Amino acid sequence: MSKKTDSPVTVMWDFFCSLKLTIVTLILLAITSIIGTVIQQGKTPQEYMQLYGEKAYRIFEKLDFFDMYHSWWFVSLLGIFAMNLICCSIKRFPRVMKIVKEPNLTPDDPFYRSLSNVDEIVAEGALDEVQAKVSKVVTENFAASVVTQDGEKVHLFSQKAAYARFGVYATHLSILVILAGAIIGVQFGYKAYVNVAEGTMVDSVWPRSGNNAIPLDFSVRCDDFTVTYYPGSNRPKDFTSDLVVLENGQEILKKTIEVNDPLTYKGITFYQSSYGPAGDPVFKFRVQERATGETIEVTGREKENIVIPGGASLVPLAFTDSFRNFGPAAQVSVNRGDQKAGTPFIVMQNYPKFDAQRGGDYIINLLEVNQKFYTGLQVAKDPGVWVVWVGCFLMVVGSMIAFFLSHRRIWVTLRPVNDKIGIMVAGNAHRNQPAFAIWFDEFKEKLKEELSR
Amino acid sequence: MESTQLFNFVTITYFVSMILFVAYLATRNAKIALGGNFFAYLGLLAHTVALGLRWYESYELLGADGRAPLSNLYESVVFFAWSIVLVYMLIDWKYKQRAIGAFVIPFAFLGMTWGQLYLSDAIDPLVPALQSNWLTYHVITCFLGYAAFAVACGVSIMYLIKAGKEEKSDGDSPAGGILSLFPSTKILDDINYKSIMIGFPLLSLGIITGAAWANYAWGTYWSWDPKETWSLIVWFIYAAFLHARFTRGWAGKRAAILSIVGFAATIFCYLGVNLVLSGLHSYGGS
Ligand code: HEM
Repeated sequence: MSKKTDSPVTVMWDFFCSLKLTIVTLILLAITSIIGTVIQQGKTPQEYMQLYGEKAYRIFEKLDFFDMYHSWWFVSLLGIFAMNLICCSIKRFPRVMKIVKEPNLTPDDPFYRSLSNVDEIVAEGALDEVQAKVSKVVTENFAASVVTQDGEKVHLFSQKAAYARFGVYATHLSILVILAGAIIGVQFGYKAYVNVAEGTMVDSVWPRSGNNAIPLDFSVRCDDFTVTYYPGSNRPKDFTSDLVVLENGQEILKKTIEVNDPLTYKGITFYQSSYGPAGDPVFKFRVQERATGETIEVTGREKENIVIPGGASLVPLAFTDSFRNFGPAAQVSVNRGDQKAGTPFIVMQNYPKFDAQRGGDYIINLLEVNQKFYTGLQVAKDPGVWVVWVGCFLMVVGSMIAFFLSHRRIWVTLRPVNDKIGIMVAGNAHRNQPAFAIWFDEFKEKLKEELSR
Repeated sequence: MESTQLFNFVTITYFVSMILFVAYLATRNAKIALGGNFFAYLGLLAHTVALGLRWYESYELLGADGRAPLSNLYESVVFFAWSIVLVYMLIDWKYKQRAIGAFVIPFAFLGMTWGQLYLSDAIDPLVPALQSNWLTYHVITCFLGYAAFAVACGVSIMYLIKAGKEEKSDGDSPAGGILSLFPSTKILDDINYKSIMIGFPLLSLGIITGAAWANYAWGTYWSWDPKETWSLIVWFIYAAFLHARFTRGWAGKRAAILSIVGFAATIFCYLGVNLVLSGLHSYGGS
């Protein structure tokens, strides 16, 4: 160890190159991430106050626990993580490059002794004859060799899967690429939402955080919104919206979107997210007065007194899309002119005969209910998302290479000793050494067999 | 449903297999271990058929809305158990160490028992958010990864038991009794590491396919919801494990402990998040 005091730069460099730092950062990230899963993120101060009390609230607030994944300390931890990765790679990369680009083509004895898979063989015959045999075995069982003449010695070197050394760097790079993609998304994109009533058009959207509408340079119209249910149940099957993109009054693009099938135009994507009623429903009934047989069709809104024959009025009280699996139904009451409100009852659109059995003064059929909906759309602009996917791809490929492929090398040196040929043979693998050792033993046997022919 | 009966049969088969493996440890009779293996393989075969049958039944029941059996809590635990036995089979082929069965098959048996006894096995049609191919890829990759971690946890427990005994009996003399049936600590350590090396890329793929799905459905690939965050925590733990191993030579006891912690976090990510924490993930209610 050198005694001289290191400059701050060196100290920083060593700090960021340390592998202990990697493991500590990974574990710290794991532990601190738990906080945000226990404390719900992004609630109002009142809700937190109620949950944790005034004092804890103040402390948590100071520590940014309510939006911790964007807090300065969590982001710093991610920054250290990235710096660590960059520094380590810068430090290690040239060395790996050298191993791959400049293999030792003239191995000497100390080099052979430094390898764990090594053997010495003595063969009979002329040098070029033996060399041909060795070359054949190496090529057939491993890979073609680079031959180097070195005085009276001949060296053969061959390698396989040298690129496996770069798997680690691809993997580490992928993490930086993903982080870069995330930053691009935050800097140049936004998350917003917008509600569009059927038959209307919007040309701006509302950010999820912030109060100012974001203008679009086109308009989006919703022609229709539909919910379909699985037969005989209340379980929604699909929410779909017919969207039209317009520019300068021209229809540019039409698409029926549904959950898991959004519409994208000019880098902005619209996702089906929610829906709700827009305005009151309009009911249409057929009403028959039992006494006279007089029948009319009437329409009206919720809570409205709709005049029907005989001086009474019909009041729609509520509507449901799906009443106990019987389909659309309305709750209504009939009010005689002078009396109080009548008892509410249910009429069902799909069962028109049903109401005759109620035995009231009127037989009422629900013909249709016209409820306009709005469709709730999530709107996202994220120019970084492709960068993220590229990073993910790189990570999967890179980690497969890093884990499962191994850079393997074989050296053979032939040297005339008296009238025989002394052979040094050695092998090395950068991963999965036990498997390589077994392979190397078999390889040696083949080599010896060939040489003894 | 026919598949339900078949899943009951599978559960019983795993139970028999587990009992035989434990009996093998008690009697040290290799024939009994072979029986344990026979039932584990038979169970896996029946399990595979039952999964296919349930898939088919979903089409009979829901017509065109049929779907792969991978979309609710019951189906996920059944698939988890299947993956565990599959990974056991691969390890058995490579290492032929039957004692491992006694520590791995119980995970599959517990999963199946919980699913068969306590969870609803109704084949409901999918709500719109779940109608995505990404869901299928997401579930398959996640649970294959989890299964590899389960195996790693099982052999880590074996490692700690064996290494603990060997330490007590003063090192050199190899542990006797049941423990002589355990693979050597070196092999246990190796299996621990290899399983995690297989599980880790699968978990990465699981997280990525989940993110792709979220992006396709809601326009955000990452929203730090508790389930997502916990999957990342699990990922960090195993990444730490691998780096400690690759570069600092962590092996043996410390690696075994980290592997068990990792699997505990995995189980929390799978179940704890829904049972303990509130979140958006869909398995919550069912
Ligand atoms: C998918 C995730 C990752 C995989 C598969 C992976 C893989 C590896 C491998 C195989 C090595 C050993 C290199 C060798 O022995 O030649 C390594 C080293 C290292 N990793 Fe990672 N890593 C991952 C994520 C990370 C992350 C997130 C960091 C964050 C700081 C990191 C930092 C390091 C460092 C500092 C080294 C040592 C330097 C080096 O050997 O180049 N790794 N990684």
